[in-house]
Amino acid sequence: MSALWLRCFAGIVTREFLRFLRQRSRFFASLVRPVVWLVIFATGFRAVLGLSRIPPYQTYVLYEEYIVPGLVGLILLFNAMQTALSMVFDREMGSMKVLLVSPLPRWYLLTCRLLSGVVVGLPQVYAFLAFAWLWGIRPPIAGLLYVAPAVVLAGLMLGAIGLLVSSMVEQLENFAGVMNFVIFPMFFASTALYPLWRLSDADPVLAAVAWLNPFSHGVELIRFALYEQLDTLSLGVTAATAIVVMALAVWRYDSGRILRRQLAGGAA
Amino acid sequence: MIKAMPLATLMAAVVLAAADARAETIFVSNEQDNTVSVIDGGTLAVAATIAVGRRPRGIEASGDGKTIYVALGDDDRIDVIDVASRKVTGNLPSGPDPERFTVSPDGARLYIANEDDNTVSVLDIAGRKITADIAVGIEPEGMAVSPDGAFVVCTSETTSMAHFIDSKTLELIDNVLVDTRPRVAQVTRDGKHVWITSELRGTASVLDARSHAILAHIDFAPPGVPLELVQAVGVAIARDGERAFVALGPSARVAEIDARQFKVLRYHLVGQRVWNLAFSPDGKRLYTTNGSSNDISVLDLESDRVVKSLGVGRSPWGVVSVP
Repeated sequence: MSALWLRCFAGIVTREFLRFLRQRSRFFASLVRPVVWLVIFATGFRAVLGLSRIPPYQTYVLYEEYIVPGLVGLILLFNAMQTALSMVFDREMGSMKVLLVSPLPRWYLLTCRLLSGVVVGLPQVYAFLAFAWLWGIRPPIAGLLYVAPAVVLAGLMLGAIGLLVSSMVEQLENFAGVMNFVIFPMFFASTALYPLWRLSDADPVLAAVAWLNPFSHGVELIRFALYEQLDTLSLGVTAATAIVVMALAVWRYDSGRILRRQLAGGAA
Repeated sequence: MIKAMPLATLMAAVVLAAADARAETIFVSNEQDNTVSVIDGGTLAVAATIAVGRRPRGIEASGDGKTIYVALGDDDRIDVIDVASRKVTGNLPSGPDPERFTVSPDGARLYIANEDDNTVSVLDIAGRKITADIAVGIEPEGMAVSPDGAFVVCTSETTSMAHFIDSKTLELIDNVLVDTRPRVAQVTRDGKHVWITSELRGTASVLDARSHAILAHIDFAPPGVPLELVQAVGVAIARDGERAFVALGPSARVAEIDARQFKVLRYHLVGQRVWNLAFSPDGKRLYTTNGSSNDISVLDLESDRVVKSLGVGRSPWGVVSVP
């Protein structure tokens, strides 16, 4: 029994990883996106957004150093939506049926999909951190280790959100809407680009939104881990969001019309 | 990754051990709070706050490191702090509005720049008496003494001059025109060079200590910082004479300079309006006072990184560190 579960897991993860490896442009894009933010945006805003010393930083940091954990979050966010997109693609192409005929429970199949997304996300994050290192942003070496579990947890949370989104998206074409209604608001209304105290100076409402945004907590968890600290609030929020959203996604996939339609479509 | 783990642990252990081994104490004068913050060098946390007179600025340690002197601009005196008890144990007279001063290498005298009356006062510490007043330029500020004690340099802000004083005769021996608003002077440990910073021009000049000729001009241009924010103030020159550091005021940067080639190596980001600098007694750290952000920054010279900034009182001005 356990061998079967493991094989299923290995199969799903390998498939997603192979897909990732073959889509070289995807890896390239996933690296170029944060690099453009770091090299162009952060440099341009450095003078405007001089930062105060705030935890987890021990001293003053330049804006490009502040923005790095947020850009790691951006990588994970795009990666999660990409995984969600491939779910919709599988559904449209019919390959999801292959997955669904498996005797294993759906929640397990979905969890494997979720984990496969995170496995693909990790090398992207480290490739970017390596670039940032060369660019002169050098967090403590231990922080680069501590950040791995934080990246995994934040990746799980965002992946779960992606799965939930994929259960709501009917067709591949609708995915542009996901950009507008999920990725952009989550990224911009968060602490990825601006610290919370600066947001509350500008607009308390926006600061409250950013504080409630689970993406902010994922980013803060990564930020603190990168500087060898644990932000327990962010840990709690990220873990809780991951579990609740994943349960919702499983519920939608399990009971919802998505799979019935899939199977019916396959029969026709 | 797996290989990096023990390395990281080892590094953490080394850092911790190094931190524990530090017994030095840092004293910071807070100009607006009328206090001196005492910082433990091991924990890098404020350990005590000592109330002193009004407008404390210049702060120096006696040669044996057992006494701290603080110049009080609005009280026209120097307060004396005992390092061991962290208490003000007395005071010394000075001219009006003392700002910066320097302790003679034999520990017997203080040379004090009195900003308001355009003189340098020579204070005999044991006799608690001003033994001479030497007229210099307008608004004297920077004060330095050569390691052998033979000459004293004073800079005057408004006259933009460096004044060389013979410490035996206590007479002015030379005046050298330097860049606008010279703030700080430092003599290198070998006694060969005198470094002088210009606040308004944002430069440092290096003078030959014997001929008083200007040997080098160092310009500062930290990347991404408007030039008008670059104002050169505090100077610290490493004991071995290899590296020098200049505080660049509102630009929130400290320049690290190759002191042999007179070339800027890099800029370190610190707090706002960085004003004065001091090395730790072992020369492995540099402390900066950041007047506008009310904190000090700690530059670790081994890793060449700013490792911490910590809050002190309002408008921290001067800093000194003793074993």
